[in-house]
Amino acid sequence: MPPGRVRLPVRAPRRRGTLLRGTVLAVLAGGFLLPLLAGLGATLGAAAGYLPGRPLPETPSLQPLRSLLAEPGFLRAVGQTLGTGLASTVLALVLAASFCGLVHQRLPTRLAGRSLAPLLAAPHSALAIGLAFLLAPWGWIARWLSPWATGWEFPPDLPLVQDPLGIALVLGLLTKEVPFLLLVLLAALAQLPVQEDLQRARALGYSRAKAWVGVVLPRAYPLVRLPVLFVLAFSLSVVDMALVLGPTQPPTLAVAVTRWFLAPDPAFLGPAFAGAALQLAIVLAVMGGWLLGERAVAAMGRAWLARGSRGGAGDPWLAAAGLATTVVLLLGLLALVALGFWAFAERWPFPAAWPTEFSLARWTNLAGGWGEAFGNSLALGAATTAASLLLAVLWLEGEDRGHLPRARWATVLVALPLLLPQVAFLYGLQVVLLRAGVGPGFLAVAWAQALFVLPYTLIVLSPPWKALDPRLLAVAASLGAGPNRRWLTVKLPLLLRPLLTAGAVGFAVSVALYLPTLFLGAGRVPTLTTEAVTLASGGDRRLVGLFALLQALLPLVAYLLALLLPRWIWRHRRALAGGSA
Amino acid sequence: MNHAPPSTDPAPAATLPTEAGDNRAGLVLEAVALRLRPTGKILFPPLSLQIAPGTTTTLLGPSGCGKSSLLRWMGGHLEDDFAATGRVLVNGSDRTDWPAEKRRIGMLFQDAGLFPHLSVAGNLAFGLQPRVRGRRQRRRVVEEALASAGLEGFADRDPATLSGGQQARVALLRTLLAEPEALLLDEPFAALDPERRAQIRSFVFARIEERGIPTLLVTHDARDAPGPVRHLDQPGGPAGNARGGPHPPR
Amino acid sequence: MRLLPTLLLLNALLLPPGTARAAGDTAAEPAPARPWEEVVAEARGQTVYWAAWAGDSRTNAFLRWVAGEVRERYGIRLEHWKLSDTGEAVARIAAEKAAGRDEDGSIDLLWVNGPNFLALKEADLLYGPFLGSLPHSRYLDRSPGSPAVTDFTVPTEGYESPWRLARLVLLYDRDRVPDPPANTDELLAWAREHPGRLTHPDPANFMGATFLKQALLEQVTDPAALAAPATPERFAEVTAPLWEWYDALRPHLWRQGRSFPADEFAQRQLLADGAVDFGLSFDPASAAAAVREGLLPESVRTLSFEGGMIGNFSFVAIPYNSGATAAARVVANFLLAPATQARAEDIRVLGSFSVLERDRLSAGERALFDALPSPPGLPTPEELGPVRPEPHPSWMTRLTRVWKERYTR
Repeated sequence: MPPGRVRLPVRAPRRRGTLLRGTVLAVLAGGFLLPLLAGLGATLGAAAGYLPGRPLPETPSLQPLRSLLAEPGFLRAVGQTLGTGLASTVLALVLAASFCGLVHQRLPTRLAGRSLAPLLAAPHSALAIGLAFLLAPWGWIARWLSPWATGWEFPPDLPLVQDPLGIALVLGLLTKEVPFLLLVLLAALAQLPVQEDLQRARALGYSRAKAWVGVVLPRAYPLVRLPVLFVLAFSLSVVDMALVLGPTQPPTLAVAVTRWFLAPDPAFLGPAFAGAALQLAIVLAVMGGWLLGERAVAAMGRAWLARGSRGGAGDPWLAAAGLATTVVLLLGLLALVALGFWAFAERWPFPAAWPTEFSLARWTNLAGGWGEAFGNSLALGAATTAASLLLAVLWLEGEDRGHLPRARWATVLVALPLLLPQVAFLYGLQVVLLRAGVGPGFLAVAWAQALFVLPYTLIVLSPPWKALDPRLLAVAASLGAGPNRRWLTVKLPLLLRPLLTAGAVGFAVSVALYLPTLFLGAGRVPTLTTEAVTLASGGDRRLVGLFALLQALLPLVAYLLALLLPRWIWRHRRALAGGSA
Repeated sequence: MNHAPPSTDPAPAATLPTEAGDNRAGLVLEAVALRLRPTGKILFPPLSLQIAPGTTTTLLGPSGCGKSSLLRWMGGHLEDDFAATGRVLVNGSDRTDWPAEKRRIGMLFQDAGLFPHLSVAGNLAFGLQPRVRGRRQRRRVVEEALASAGLEGFADRDPATLSGGQQARVALLRTLLAEPEALLLDEPFAALDPERRAQIRSFVFARIEERGIPTLLVTHDARDAPGPVRHLDQPGGPAGNARGGPHPPR
Repeated sequence: MRLLPTLLLLNALLLPPGTARAAGDTAAEPAPARPWEEVVAEARGQTVYWAAWAGDSRTNAFLRWVAGEVRERYGIRLEHWKLSDTGEAVARIAAEKAAGRDEDGSIDLLWVNGPNFLALKEADLLYGPFLGSLPHSRYLDRSPGSPAVTDFTVPTEGYESPWRLARLVLLYDRDRVPDPPANTDELLAWAREHPGRLTHPDPANFMGATFLKQALLEQVTDPAALAAPATPERFAEVTAPLWEWYDALRPHLWRQGRSFPADEFAQRQLLADGAVDFGLSFDPASAAAAVREGLLPESVRTLSFEGGMIGNFSFVAIPYNSGATAAARVVANFLLAPATQARAEDIRVLGSFSVLERDRLSAGERALFDALPSPPGLPTPEELGPVRPEPHPSWMTRLTRVWKERYTR
């Protein structure tokens, strides 16, 4: 090449954005993975006897484990954990899958998504409180039926919530997990040729139910495996919902562990850490068992299909499951309505079906009531959502510039906080943070919340990001727009709607988080969720209703904004105004 | 289709200049071959051609023969699942490894590819060279461009409300405002109804000629071709012909 | 809400110790030697972190009012450090001591009594004695054994200043229980006749433990034994009648004694619904206050057993490492002012009985109390009857533990 031309060839490296990807990876490794592992490590270490703030033993000690085993009701607590966790996950999956079979292509996905929005947006604890308001002996249902049908002049002495078997807890989990699984299933089904499969199977003489179970679900399940595992891990280790609805004497393991961590007496740290490590082991073991169970079910299913038996329509079963799902969803929605009535009630004696007197007194008492908690929830939600969105966007842009597909390890890494029980690493994390000189407070809470907000933002944002029409970007490049200009002026505006949706989901997650807020804030960062759960144990129901209602409304408003804001912003851009939420 | 084995290098044509850069004006392809990365399948035999400024060469081939991929490669937009050999030169400089935004190779697609989030004026301003400074000055240039295409008063319209023909014209204006040194057209008229098609077609080629831009058009429809035609579906056939000199239209 | 005492403990352990001047500096300060005006002058501009249980919104509001008053009158910034359990503050102070943070500790004033006070005093973690230095202490009965200077049988020795009266009462609905039981034996008989209508808070909670203590005081054969610390052997022997009584009672409790309300507020809710017929409170005015707030029906009244109910004064103490002892004392003194006590006794504010001796007040000061409204549900001191002293703190700790072992499956 003649020397005179050397300046011309601007050599493009094959992979661009190395610096960007490196930065994102460094932030994730240092701010996400490292603390997570450190928290887990601190927990496991403490469970092995290396308790923080105490002289270190020479060798690992079984003392924490022994003290855990000696706790009254320990075995029963473990049994309740397994029972409620497995029952709710299996039921949620069965109900959601059956309901999908009934409504699929009879109900547009978008409509279904929107009608489920209040349940999807509502934090677990708000729903739990609402369900208690509905199901308790003094609850709405008992009021409707009393005294004319039941003869109850006073609330009956029946364990309708916090029952020893954990039925109320399972029901509570269902109101939250069924809508979630419905949404992910409907999204997965949208990618499959369901109609064709069904028609072929029915042409061969299979009932709709059998075609659904035998042909469609086996293809859809792998697409929703990760969300199902989230549900499983969550149900096994849920704290806030179990505090409100779960058994009390003894409670489930995760609740017991939380109580021990919170006990004023440091002697409980031993059983707390041992219990946290056990909780981790339980979740991992059950998840492993679940994956094995999948294979067994698949093998049985193949054998069943191979027999080719067409007899015995499963359709009535499908209908029954569909009915049960409807009941669960209606209960969830009614629970939210019950919150509203209590939030504005002044007097509501049993067995009156409606409040006898309404009042705004608690709403106007901002300083002594909900003002600070509301402000904290809002600020935490905004901060964690903004940070997580930024990281997610940088991550995705880094992938784009490097022309890299999503690595499997990255998916697992980001999902890690959702797959591990929160009690297993959050308190350990707090210990590690304290050692690093970071005290409990707003920043620590925001950062711990981001561990959970980021995965959801990334999961929601990735598909639409990857689906963006590459030709528009090619056109932009051919018009001379470099990667930064393409990113800022083409990609981000076009992705406004998914960005806002991911933001709304992240915000809802942040508002709902209980344990991270409690542990990392050491109680000094009260949010709507921590206050609602604390008050739910026996506080003024009217105030509990107010907190829980605000807690449910805040994410719903975020969802609505994510739905309406793009419509308004793109009101003069027909191609963008109507897109799906 | 009969493929050259993946190991075989594209045969350099005897008449090709051996120097990397030369002063040939226009758009030049040198022994370009594309292959699918996973299978190693070669999409078409090594292709060389030269397009003089202001002229249009048409590549004809059925869908799936790799002509769109060739255009994307030339523009610098090819995905990772393709590998390419050969070079692309514009006005004598080798731009094979340049990033897309530096190549100054404009592209027009079958659907106009207007940015849905920008107004018509916004789309044009996106393409307009930054050299034109000042809000008012840029707006004036944009409006002049619209007027030149019979689109007065369209500046603030939503591109989604335009007819196919109007969109095609806006897309071309946008591309021209970026002052490309070469132009690639990927079935740009396929989506238009027959009457519009002729109208837009002459609009496009008149501009290209007027600006002296070397243009490569790919299509499966020979009626689109304004000038010399090359067939891409004949491996080993015209590839030996180093220069894509004028071919009689079929 | 619940805090994280052990975490705070860790926090203090892991933080570098404060710049330690001679630790004795403040702790050894002779309390009564200085004129009060000097203390008030020194207090100006100081910030007092008052660690106080925050489970009651009316108390929280009262603390806010106090903060406003002391800022205006004395230029003191008072911050309410909200606790869900006073044990958290105790753990923190102990941890600060262990970490060598002997100055400018994070807590300046602490609402404390009973076991927590004993723990702090035994570990030498308190500033004082200071009660004698407070001008308003003249309104108190400071003779030995008087409840104003005795906390759960432990003499306070000037390390605590009282600020409100706590005394156990039962709440009941007059319309549903026309003839309320007069002692724990009658309570058992009543429960047999009305199965499922009686409960008590979970003994893990302070109020639940207090219910057991009240029964212990009544069931025990030798009440004097409870004034001494509980040893394992003594405990088994002394509490045997209590467990006999409780085993008889438990099957007749709400949910057959298998589930309990978390605290007094959860139980109050059950009472309001009519799910049970009794509530418990440490505040004789709470029934009247709850009626006023629409939380209980107007027919709810308070009940004291004929032999008297457990009672104690709520105190404030100053941690040994407080950096604002002057301001903390000014706040403690302000809490004892007749006008402050009258405000606290006002049913519309706190409804908490005054700790002051009525006959030590001037006529004008007495008038402040006489002017207070007396709505239905508010008992007179005569109706409340005598106060039974708390057992030694060690009894409560053991009682809670043994109850859990006996009754958690």
